[in-house]
Amino acid sequence: MTKQEALYQYLLRMGDDSLILGQRLSELCGHGPILEEDIATTNISLDLIGQATLLLEYAGSLAEEPKSNDELAFLRIEKEYTNTLLVEQPNGNFGDTMMRQFLFDAYRKPLLEHLLESTDNRLSGIAEKALKETKYHLRHSSEWVIRLGDGTEESHAKIQAALDALFRYADELFFENEVDAILLKEGIIPSAKVIFPFWKKTVTEVLEMATIDLPKNNWKFKGGREGRHSEHMGFLLAEMQYMQRTYPNMEW
Amino acid sequence: MVSEKEIYALLEGVFDPEVPVLSIIDLGIVRSVRVENETALIVITPTYIGCPAMQTIEKDITIQLEANGIQDFEVSTSIAPAWTTDWMSEKGKKKLKAYGIAPPQDEADKSVLFADPLVVPCPKCDAQETKMISQFGSTACKAHYQCKKCQEPFDYFKCLR
Repeated sequence: MTKQEALYQYLLRMGDDSLILGQRLSELCGHGPILEEDIATTNISLDLIGQATLLLEYAGSLAEEPKSNDELAFLRIEKEYTNTLLVEQPNGNFGDTMMRQFLFDAYRKPLLEHLLESTDNRLSGIAEKALKETKYHLRHSSEWVIRLGDGTEESHAKIQAALDALFRYADELFFENEVDAILLKEGIIPSAKVIFPFWKKTVTEVLEMATIDLPKNNWKFKGGREGRHSEHMGFLLAEMQYMQRTYPNMEW
Repeated sequence: MVSEKEIYALLEGVFDPEVPVLSIIDLGIVRSVRVENETALIVITPTYIGCPAMQTIEKDITIQLEANGIQDFEVSTSIAPAWTTDWMSEKGKKKLKAYGIAPPQDEADKSVLFADPLVVPCPKCDAQETKMISQFGSTACKAHYQCKKCQEPFDYFKCLR
């Protein structure tokens, strides 16, 4: 694998994480539990889709046959998406949505911080821009995890259940393969092993304040990074790709 | 031939569609204007990556320049270095406040976990006692606040650094 192919794969991973989580959050438009959260989740969705635009645009320019970001976003088949299983999980209740977001933000923030040092200027530029927004996202999601966990009996039970259901997908955020090895050698990306302690620290601190416990069951699920997705992904793509599949090449 | 100064003057007349009292110069999103081989090259930068106003702003620049007889120009977007609220002019901050939006405070609201919330004075009555309703307001660049004294809800233009 060449450096260019590796970077293409890596940008797809990051871009797909942003895109799919952005799509999930956009489902809350007009359905948020309260007006402020309706606006907050859709704002975050907008940021993530903006990040996906830049990441996929860059990826598309590196593809063997150059592709537009729209082509990459809307015209791939399921197994060509390499987002983690975590981000494609359904919104569930508000606790599920916030826990999914928190586990992701706690990983994305240190990743972007380390990408500021990337030897690839275009990638570090994207990271610099995205980091400013991601700090707000993490603050928002961690505050909700704490508020719900340290809240009423019912909110505590629900956010604990959300963690129990979602924690099994967190391990995959730190997936590494040949792609990482190539880019790491070039100083383009940090190792996932370097990011993990930052994630762990944030998660430990926030869960402690939230008075919720890590699940005892240690099952771990992965597959998304290699194109093997959960059942939910097909439904998500059907909705997301509908317009472009029905009216090929349409633009806003 | 058109000068850079003339272009800047014309851009003072292009307004942010989301905050129509601010020109794109006030907002600090015009990164550079250069005239090369009789073509004006204008570079703009988004406040937030997904800012949906960027396309409108590009169109508005085109309309403004063409209406003033300028044909040879190119508008492009650049994201690095990233825009910060420091790029907003002092004049812009005053206009924001007069419009009822609290301008960005000097300090970024950046601490991730439960720091003391930033004091944002009410743009209507200047009271210091205000509370954050939501970090996410009517657009990506704003948070939602309420004044505890006059009860007025207001937008705060978030400090981004």
